[in-house]
Amino acid sequence: MSVFIDKHTKLVVQGITGRDGSFHAKQMMEYGTQVVAGVTPGKGGQRFEGTVPIFNTVADAVQATGANTSVIYVPPPFAADAIMEAAASGVSLVVCITEGVPVLDMTKVYPFVKERGVRLIGPNCPGLITPGESKVGIIPGRICTPGPVGVVSRSGTLTYEVVYQLTRAGIGQTTCVGIGGDPINGTNFIDCLAAFEKDPATKAIAMMGEIGGTDEQEAAEFIRTQMKKPVVGFIAGQTAPPGRRMGHAGAIISGSSGTAQEKLEAFAAAGMGVAKRPIDFVELMKARL
Amino acid sequence: MNLHEYQAKEILRAQGVNIPPGRVATTPAEAEAIAKEYGVPVMVKAQVHAGGRGKAGGVKFCKTPAEAKEKATAILGMKIKELTVEQVLVTVAADIGSEAYVGIIVDRATKKPVFMVSAAGGIDIEEVAASTPEKILYVPVDVRYGLPTYDAMRMGFFLYSDVTLARGAAKIMQQLYAAFMASGCSLAEINPLVVTPAGELVAVDGKMVIDDNELDRRPEIAALRDERSEEPSEVDARHANLTFIKLDGNVGCVVNGAGLAMATMDLVKYYGGEPANFLDIGGSSNPEKVVNALRIITADPNVKAILFNIFGGITRTDDVANGIVTATKANPLKVPIVIRLTGTNEEIAMQILTNNGFTASSDMDTAVQQAVALAKGGK
Repeated sequence: MSVFIDKHTKLVVQGITGRDGSFHAKQMMEYGTQVVAGVTPGKGGQRFEGTVPIFNTVADAVQATGANTSVIYVPPPFAADAIMEAAASGVSLVVCITEGVPVLDMTKVYPFVKERGVRLIGPNCPGLITPGESKVGIIPGRICTPGPVGVVSRSGTLTYEVVYQLTRAGIGQTTCVGIGGDPINGTNFIDCLAAFEKDPATKAIAMMGEIGGTDEQEAAEFIRTQMKKPVVGFIAGQTAPPGRRMGHAGAIISGSSGTAQEKLEAFAAAGMGVAKRPIDFVELMKARL
Repeated sequence: MNLHEYQAKEILRAQGVNIPPGRVATTPAEAEAIAKEYGVPVMVKAQVHAGGRGKAGGVKFCKTPAEAKEKATAILGMKIKELTVEQVLVTVAADIGSEAYVGIIVDRATKKPVFMVSAAGGIDIEEVAASTPEKILYVPVDVRYGLPTYDAMRMGFFLYSDVTLARGAAKIMQQLYAAFMASGCSLAEINPLVVTPAGELVAVDGKMVIDDNELDRRPEIAALRDERSEEPSEVDARHANLTFIKLDGNVGCVVNGAGLAMATMDLVKYYGGEPANFLDIGGSSNPEKVVNALRIITADPNVKAILFNIFGGITRTDDVANGIVTATKANPLKVPIVIRLTGTNEEIAMQILTNNGFTASSDMDTAVQQAVALAKGGK
């Protein structure tokens, strides 16, 4: 079992002929993901790697192949439209990898996607992987292994770090989800925690947050009041100076809200395990499985 | 990206907001001339990207052009929060009856731009928000419909009981909203919005923060960037497409991804060291980025050891290895380097590094401990 994607996921890749899109489409195919279609306007009728049919529009791709999930690798100026195109095409899950999408674009896209009942993950995220079944995005497949831990994170490479440490210690994962670090994203911690709580295969959850905003505090409140499964949390940016933007739009401390200290206190108050270092996830997880 | 007050005011004025006339000056003589041209009294206001300008002595009231010259002499060149004042705004001083606050930010919780307005404006607005939140009205905006008149009027009446003032304020909300959307802002505010004793609404100070992701498609806004008001190494890094923030420690960090970069800094601190910087080389890396990263980091004399922590996903670790080799061949390092890399194309990367006399590990904790020890003069 898993959340959001599994071996039945049929994927359409938007931007399949671009530099990143083609590289990662191949990686996903090698991992075993059912990549059923690609989309690049003007290249409809061609094939990617000699096998995957390319379409001019997502709607064409969905109609011809029955794709139920889309992944987006298009450049930032086109990303918002690509998300809306996917959400209008009939897929139920849209994963946007693109980094640098203007936040005002997302204020339009978010209600558009919600009103169609479509789940959006990202933008500015590494996507997700259900080890041994399917990967949608850019998380390196070989660092993951099937097992009982659900992973959710605002960061990309920090997710890899923690998953790598868990895998090295023999602790596998049900699904790893990178929700992205932008101020407005389609799926938040609580959405993922709720999905993991319902997933019978997930026995414990690893959650990696960052400074800035209040998502982690709200997640802690959800864990305290709505969850039975154990959760271990980590906050990146404990030593970041206040008021400075650290790459992610999300990682901004403004005023007294959104500090690492505040988030760690919320974790402790929710009875969560608190990892001081990425490696601490290993022992904290072992104690909870 | 932050705009200066005078830049924000130009944008608001273009939308029709009533702004006291004025111009920016870089010399005391210019300040005097502007005061003569527009008439006294004037305010002379330091243009730096720092809050608390008034409390630092960077904002002065002047009754004569000569006084404007004198105050500009004092303010130009002064430091406010480490930033040197290179220019002052000389602007006609408004008579202040009452001060309100009007701002918009992109709110993460509602995923919308949200207006915040308060009749208790001025320099203590943050204190008002913290201690008397009921004095602030929050109004989210659905960008698909824009700011409807009824919402703008609701805010107008929250600020003023007089219908003429409420209508005037509502119009200013619409203009502020238009400026916010047209400039790609993540924050825009007028504080204070003043009612003069004559009953006129005037925007006496303005602030805008632009979403960096908007700059590519808004060259006219990107051109407003004032690089003199930024840390030189950070300007250099931005030109190289790197996200860099200078800090005070001695372990220079090169990492891919903001989350891992922050976690690496945290780990340096955990093992008793101090990071010299935050540096994210981003996704799709190429060797050139690594060359630039090393150049920027080694330019900091405080750096006693360099730590690479690369977890390849979209970043190919062989690109990073090639960058390290190229950079150090051109400019041999004077400080020790510790390399941790794992992920995409790791075997090729390790081969490149070994062939060129570097050692690399795949464990983050080991690498961080080594770098901290080396920075302290150990081995």
